[in-house]
Order: sequence, then structure tokens, then C-alpha cells
Amino acid sequence: MDQQTAVNGYVAHAPGYVHNDGPKLITGRFAYDDSFTLARYESTGGYDGLRAALEKTPAAVHDEVRAATLLGRGGAGFPAGVKWGFLPPGKHPYYLVVNGDESEPGTYKDRLLMERDPHQLIEGCLIACYALGLQQCFLYVRGEMALAQERIAAALNEAYAAGYVGRGICGSDFSVDIVMAWGAGAYIVGEETGLIESLEGRRGMPRLKPPYFPAAVGLYGQPTIVNNVETLSNLPWLMVNGSDAYKGFGSESSPGTRMFAVSGHLRRPGVYEVEHGVTTFRELLYGDNFCRGIRDGHELKMFIPGGGSAPWFFEDHLDLPLEARPVGAAGSMLGSGAIVVMDDTTDAVRAAWRVVKFFARESCGKCTPCREGTTWLEQILRRILDGDGRPSDIDLLLDVGDNISPGPYPVAAHDGQEAVPFPPRQTTICPLGPSAVAPVVSTIRRFRHEYEAKITRRDPIPIEVVPVGASQ
Amino acid sequence: MTLSAANEARAAEIISMFPRPRSALIPLLHLAQAQDGYLTDEAMRRIGELVGATPAEVKGTAGFYEMFRFEPVGTYLVNVCTNISCLLWGGEELLEHACESLEVEVGGTTDDSMFTVEEAECIAACTEAPCLQVNYRYRGKVTHDDFDRLVEDLRADRLDIPRHGALSAVRQSIPAERLAGVVPPEQAREAPVWLARNDVEVAG
Repeated sequence: MDQQTAVNGYVAHAPGYVHNDGPKLITGRFAYDDSFTLARYESTGGYDGLRAALEKTPAAVHDEVRAATLLGRGGAGFPAGVKWGFLPPGKHPYYLVVNGDESEPGTYKDRLLMERDPHQLIEGCLIACYALGLQQCFLYVRGEMALAQERIAAALNEAYAAGYVGRGICGSDFSVDIVMAWGAGAYIVGEETGLIESLEGRRGMPRLKPPYFPAAVGLYGQPTIVNNVETLSNLPWLMVNGSDAYKGFGSESSPGTRMFAVSGHLRRPGVYEVEHGVTTFRELLYGDNFCRGIRDGHELKMFIPGGGSAPWFFEDHLDLPLEARPVGAAGSMLGSGAIVVMDDTTDAVRAAWRVVKFFARESCGKCTPCREGTTWLEQILRRILDGDGRPSDIDLLLDVGDNISPGPYPVAAHDGQEAVPFPPRQTTICPLGPSAVAPVVSTIRRFRHEYEAKITRRDPIPIEVVPVGASQ
Repeated sequence: MTLSAANEARAAEIISMFPRPRSALIPLLHLAQAQDGYLTDEAMRRIGELVGATPAEVKGTAGFYEMFRFEPVGTYLVNVCTNISCLLWGGEELLEHACESLEVEVGGTTDDSMFTVEEAECIAACTEAPCLQVNYRYRGKVTHDDFDRLVEDLRADRLDIPRHGALSAVRQSIPAERLAGVVPPEQAREAPVWLARNDVEVAG
């Protein structure tokens, strides 16, 4: 089958994906309508990365990944090669767990990678298992992604039959099984220790830290590498082309490319493969090769630079590069590669409320500050929207936030107030609770007047508190 | 009902892929939900026996995950996303339209048991806002007219969407001769053979 023609950059069989100009390290096959088949994969260099890896020692493969400074694409941005190095020597067996539980609001690249190029992911898993001596791999796919599950199951069946997975891979002494596992609808399972709990057949509640990395204690208490789908999908290209070629793209500290899902009030929203570290928000949001600006007749009001958990950015941040350090210093994060753009028609309080509502709904309930705090944040914002807000509510919101994430909370600079750099502190085991504070603090600092306008409709009803046991 | 003979066999196959039976719990719950459309007490009890968990543990675990249902839902579960990207493009209004046109509350099921409407959190199709899933199959940039047409098509059985509970139409199956073997944590204490090698033969 021939390469499909893209209309306005969009590829008909991969809705949302924009095939624009620029390096395509991991989305190159998306333009083929049969990109998910073994036949297409093999005819476009598929499994060459595995063969290249098998010609090296496992340690040499690890060195290559370390040298490439391949940053984790799940949200934290930790270098994969370094994370791999945390495996305690000799404590076999080691496991690989693939985090395909993509659920962060605004994020979708892992879904496309699983649906459109499952063999690339499988090959990436094999390379990781070979390099580190990981003896079984579990590929955990979000429950709601029926097509991704179908494509991965089909690809695994093909890959087993062709000798790429299982016993004696490509005729070598390298043997490993890859088993697909399912989620069933829980955002928190995207947190790596929650994912491991889920994979052990339990409620997906994050584990107490330390140990901070499952590389020390993970699945069944054994050393476990948990990597994101996009991270692993980079490995085949990296093995074929080498770390020097990889570092030819992007910036020195953030090499390669990265997928960004850019949604919201844009002329051409889409999922783009972008050069990491060098492209700016302005290029991505306004560039001809990318989103082509805010929809007609409107202006940018604010944007979320790194998924629902990220503090919000504004016009003054457009010239920042898509690179972790400057974005962190400016008070937010690149997170999971999701940018949500809101124009001047957007009600800041309503937008903040909706993101907070998500965290309130998805809180696993393990830590009190998050379980109670996210719920209260949502209810207070809801009553402000309903015209029932109280003058003390702004302070109350900040106070509840402070109990989840003791301040100062990361936020962008505004009106003489300096930026507070990322990350937030937390009274919780995982970052879900603190994430709910991001939209609240971001919008109160920038749009306090919008809150006040909604609140002044009604005065608080004074409640006299009688201490327990006081005589009447 | 409890698991059918075919699903018992399938369950055994799934369990055999994991180092510990309990790891098969969620896959088996999906299997039961595909069979009955929701999780019956009988199926959960049987799954508990298979993976070594009490019925309370099974239900307690299943209850954590939104996709699992303990009561029948409509043939088609319609999940309308209203999270931030969809909110910006009318997700809430679409949900409202869905409820009005089907005459149900959010979470409710139509009298003919055809449709259940739910408010969904981000389903990873944000550039296609407002989006929804019918039994976890995507529809993007859904106008109110599109929604009405979708309902008509589903009522007329014109779309290739299986009833609620069925996810992937393809199942992973590892041929015995290709199986590397499950690796239980209690065994396999040694480093795998390939990790130790220094002289690397070129793979065939």
C-alpha cells in the first residue's frame, strides 16, 4: 500500500496526528494506513534496531542509551539510561513494565504509538530487556483504549510467530516473553507504583516512598524498570542510528524529538513530533508548520504547557523553548507533552474548576490531604461558579491547596510577583493531590478579578460556632 | 452467571502468562464483563477461586476501577468527555444534548436498555474535541447532529461496535514452542544467560 496523502497535514487513518515537515524518529510510519502490520514494519526497517542491539553486548546497548540522554516521556523527564542504572546488581529476576496507561488530561501520544506502530514499541521493549537482563515484560495498556489493545495483541501474535519475541529471539540465546495487561479506568494507575499494584491484581494505589524507584523494589518486590511507551518507542531508531545521530536533533540537554499533543482553541490542533529543547511554544502554537495560531478573531488567554497537572502559562511564556529546565524555572513543567490552549472566550474559573474536578474524581483516597482537599477545592470552585461564592473563598482555596502542597506553590511570574519554580512540595505519597492545586494557584494569581467578580454577588452568611460542651 | 467453558479455558491461558495468578485479576474481570456485560457475583466468586482471592477482595479491587460494572448497563455505553480540551469545544453541551435526546440523567440507562450515558474524563483524543466513546470506540469532533445520527445508526445496528464489555477483538496467545516461560520472583534467581556474555555472536 502506498503512503497516504495527508490533507492539511492530517492523516485520515490517524485522527489528530499531523504529518508536518521535520524529523520523524518515531512517527514516520503513521502515514501508512497499514503501519501497524508486521509486513509494513519489516519493509520499513522494522526490527533492525533489535538486530543491531543483539550484535552488541547488553552493557554496550545500555551505554548507547545513556549516551543519548534519552529523557523519559511519561512526565517526570528522568533520563532512561540513568534510571536503568538503578537496578541493584544480582537481585534477579528483573522485570520490565511498560506504562501505557496514558490518562493525563490533554495527553495523547502513547495511544497513537500503540495503535499506529505497536511493533516499534515491542521492539523497544525487547531492546530494553536485552540491555538490562529483564526476564519478563508486562505491557500495561489503559483499559479504555480498545483499539490499542487490539493492535498490540495482534502485533505480539505476529512477532511471536516470526521469532522476534519469546524463546530464542532471532535465533540467539536471548529469550523473553512480553505479556499484554489491561487497565480498567483509573488515572492514578499511571503513577508507576500504582501501576505495579494494579499489575499485581490490586487497587491501583501508589506505594509509600522510599524506595523512590521500582528499580529497587518493584513488581512482586523485585527490581523493575517502568518505562513510558514513547520512551521505549525511541529505542529502535536509537539502536539503528546511534546516540550521536540522536543527539543531532534537539538541544544538548534534551536531545531527539518529542511528541506533543496540542489541543484547544487553535487553527490546527494536533499531535506533532517536535524537535525537543529547541522549538519554542511560540513556534509550536503559531508556526505554519505546526498549529498556525489561535482560531480566527481571538487571542491567547492562557495555556497549560504540560498536561492537566502543570501550572498554567501565558503570553509572556511563548518564547520559552520546549525544554525542562527553563520551563521549570518559569513555574511549570513540560510533563507529558500535552499543551491545552485557551483563548479570550475562556472563563478562567470554569476552566480551573474542570481540571480540579478531574483530580477530585481520580484521587485514589489513600492520602487524606488529597482525598479531602481535592474534593473541597472542587466544591468551593463549583459554588463560586454557581454564584454562591463567599469573600473568604479565595483565601480558603489557597489554604486548602497549602495543606496538600505546602507553599509557595509553583506559579508563573505576574505583575511584579516572581515565578515560583517547579516542582511543588507535597504532603501526599504521589503528585496527584499537588497537581490539583496548579490550576487554582495559576488562575488566582493571574485572574483574581474574575474570581472576585463572581464572588461579590453574595455575602457570606455568618455562622456562630458554639464550642462542644459549652453551656447554652 | 459463572464463566462459560470457553472463558474458563481462556482464563487458564491468561493466568498461565503471569508469574502470580492474582496478576490476572483485572484481565479476568474484563473477560467476565465481556461475557455478561457487567460483573455478576457468581463470576467474581469464580475469578476469586481462580486467582486466590476472596470474593470481597475481588469486588473491593474491581470497585476501584471505573470500567467495571456491578449492574447491567445499556448495550451501548456512551462516554462523553467533558475534560478541559473537550470543555473548550462544547463537551458539556454535548453531554447535555446526549442526556436530553436519550431522556436520561448522567449515568442513567434508557428504558429500552440500549444506551447508558456517562461523563468521561480525558480519553486521549483532545484535538478531536468534543469526543466520546461508544463501548470504548472513539468518535471525534461530534456535533449534536452527529450524535443523533450515531444513535440512529446504533439503534439500527449499522455500526460494527460490539455490546458493552467486549474490548479487544484480538487476543494475545503465545504458541507453546515460542514461549520463553513465565518468570516467578521465587525462581530465576540467576542472571539470564545473555546478560553474562561478552563474546557476542551475530544473531541469525
